[in-house]
Amino acid sequence: MAVTTSSPPRARPQAAREHPSGDPRFTLIDRTLKRFSYQQDALIEVLHTAQEAFGFLSEDLLIYVARQLKLPLSWVYGVATFYHFFTLKPQGKHTCIVCMGTACYVKRAAEIVAVLQEAFHVEPGGTTADGLFSLSTARCLGSCGLAPVLVLDGEVLGRETPESTLERVRQLLAEHSDAASSQSGDAVHVTNGGIHEPI
Amino acid sequence: MNRSDLEAMAQRELQRQQAFRCRILCCASTPCLSSGGAAVYDAINAAIKEGELDAEVQAVSTGCMGPCSRGPVVTVQVKGEGEFIYEHVSPEVGRQLVAYHARSATTPAEEAPEPLRTRLLPGDMPFFAKQKKIVLSNSGLIDPERLEDYVARGGYGALAYALREMTPEEVCREIINSGLRGRGGAGYPTGLKWDMVRKARGDKKYVVANGDEGDPGAYMDRTLMESDPHRVLEGMAIAGYAVGADQGYIYVRGEYPVAAKRLERAIRTAERRGLLGSRILDSNFNFRIDVRIGAGAFVCGEETALMASIMGRRGQPTPRPPYPAQSGLWGKPTLINNVETFGSIAPIILNGAEWFASIGTAKSKGTKIFALAGKVATTGLIEVPMGITLREIVYDIGGGIPNGLAFKAAQTGGPSGGCIPAQHLDTPVDYESLKALGSIMGSGGLIIMDEHSCMVDVAKFFMEFCMDESCGKCVPCRVGTVQMYRLLQRITEGSATMQDLETLKELCVMVKETSLCGLGQSAPNPVLSTIQYFLDEYEAHIRERRCPAGVCTLDKIPVTEWVHA
Repeated sequence: MAVTTSSPPRARPQAAREHPSGDPRFTLIDRTLKRFSYQQDALIEVLHTAQEAFGFLSEDLLIYVARQLKLPLSWVYGVATFYHFFTLKPQGKHTCIVCMGTACYVKRAAEIVAVLQEAFHVEPGGTTADGLFSLSTARCLGSCGLAPVLVLDGEVLGRETPESTLERVRQLLAEHSDAASSQSGDAVHVTNGGIHEPI
Repeated sequence: MNRSDLEAMAQRELQRQQAFRCRILCCASTPCLSSGGAAVYDAINAAIKEGELDAEVQAVSTGCMGPCSRGPVVTVQVKGEGEFIYEHVSPEVGRQLVAYHARSATTPAEEAPEPLRTRLLPGDMPFFAKQKKIVLSNSGLIDPERLEDYVARGGYGALAYALREMTPEEVCREIINSGLRGRGGAGYPTGLKWDMVRKARGDKKYVVANGDEGDPGAYMDRTLMESDPHRVLEGMAIAGYAVGADQGYIYVRGEYPVAAKRLERAIRTAERRGLLGSRILDSNFNFRIDVRIGAGAFVCGEETALMASIMGRRGQPTPRPPYPAQSGLWGKPTLINNVETFGSIAPIILNGAEWFASIGTAKSKGTKIFALAGKVATTGLIEVPMGITLREIVYDIGGGIPNGLAFKAAQTGGPSGGCIPAQHLDTPVDYESLKALGSIMGSGGLIIMDEHSCMVDVAKFFMEFCMDESCGKCVPCRVGTVQMYRLLQRITEGSATMQDLETLKELCVMVKETSLCGLGQSAPNPVLSTIQYFLDEYEAHIRERRCPAGVCTLDKIPVTEWVHA
């Protein structure tokens, strides 16, 4: 008896299920799949895990999840596009989420978005061409006492003004262009300057 | 664990707490953390260590204390001296707090260091005095991550009492008698809903807590889940016992990762101690709770859409009937209540229905939590008895409008509610009175606007919200919100005619009456209520092409003027 239980007869089918790319992040998804015993109802939980692991939901990922849960790809795509939380496009290195809840709105959060939009040529929900900066808006971050609120790279900042935000984002991106210019010379610096300082 | 173990745990914890001469409670909810609350807590802990005061002074990281705009907030409880609440505490002030309060009995209050005196909030401040905390009674006083703290304040006592002394039918009766109504906004009597699910036939039933707080400007549920997660779990377990369910889901908004983490931790702790899971408190009652995390869709606050989302589908509502009480999750009878509703259950069981029914007005009992925000001096989270007037909330609790400006309107109920103008400031806050004014109680967002807010612009803001959040299933909502938004856009741009205003009104009525779910049915409310009370502003935009509040830039010209010129 002891011999049969100690041998791993189940290891093979599990290994066969592994993603052919060999990307270790797929094991994170597999863990969630297992936790919910491959129930189709767990689709949203699985997509949450997938997005956490990969940053965004690529087509490849959606196909993988659909196969594992034995759901039509259209169904998975339908769910992934229905919810704002899931993104099918890669995000920039730095992200800025501006709260557009009512309290922030009456304290002029829209102006912050407009200033960032103009300065970095990026629409809310989009990423700059160089992939450095993503701008998005949120419904309400629930910190209305500090309105207007924004989340810059995971840090919640309250009582912002368009000027202070612009300054913060400029500084954040400047660190990057400095690093880039010191590494690969002047040419990069010029192009980056062109993108970040359109005025 | 059984009932006597629970009492023993409470006693042990109380003794432990009473051993300290001074307890320093530091708010660690999101607003205070984003104003630097974590550094303050660390500094206070460091100061306690440096001064070797470990045996006398205890620092606790707690949930929300209320006045979020004054954060980081720190409360100091000193044995024999009372409670002191400090605002805008910096790490440096935190160190001074420890030094001063560790020996405050020997130093008179006048000799407190200067920063402490200016930051001390007066004990009789109307912000605190006018509130009545029932649901939030533990918030700001306990460490949300410690079960012992909750038990020491009578936690899980209501569940133990209900399991031992009451039948499920009696629990339902108690909730009906208390007059508790759904705190999600619509105000359906909670007890009747419970009784309906209890009577529904089915081998499997579910209890769902709706924590998908989508209204912009509302964060009552988040604060409750973050500051006192066990209170919600206890309410759900009592509900499970009353209706005969053995599985609960708590649906948390994806934007609230801290709340989800604390709930999951609380569930694990409670299961380990036998307060959830199987054979709860040595009875025959089993109840499991799982957390489900939302993925950012406002419509999932609607109960049928929420259930679709729990089942991993697109969060689109379905027509009712059948109501969830008959056919909900996986076709089984399901009880759905708001998180705040579940938060009211334990106090009702412990103190009795009569006690709860004695608070509030004839038809709206108990208290309501509001997230007070916008243009008021003190913004934050408040819990007030039903029937309090808006004037008391704005001028006494909120401290009035800053910068000497005049009050213009109070917005309740978020995108489903309306704006209440100054002439109705003395209206009591309850379900019926707010409805009569064309607004709704809503889940509890309360946003105050001053002269610098343009009401047409606010209406446009909410319509844009509804337009984006419409799930697209039914035509009136999907198409109607877009058309209404375009009309409002024309008004704020200056290219509208009076005919557009008429069309807008017609569309509002049509969308309100023909939409499938609550989102579409209530989407026109902000427009209708602003037209009702601020028609002059609409007319100023259209006829005079000027924005009285100076918010809109009216740089386009109506087509008709081109024709006539």
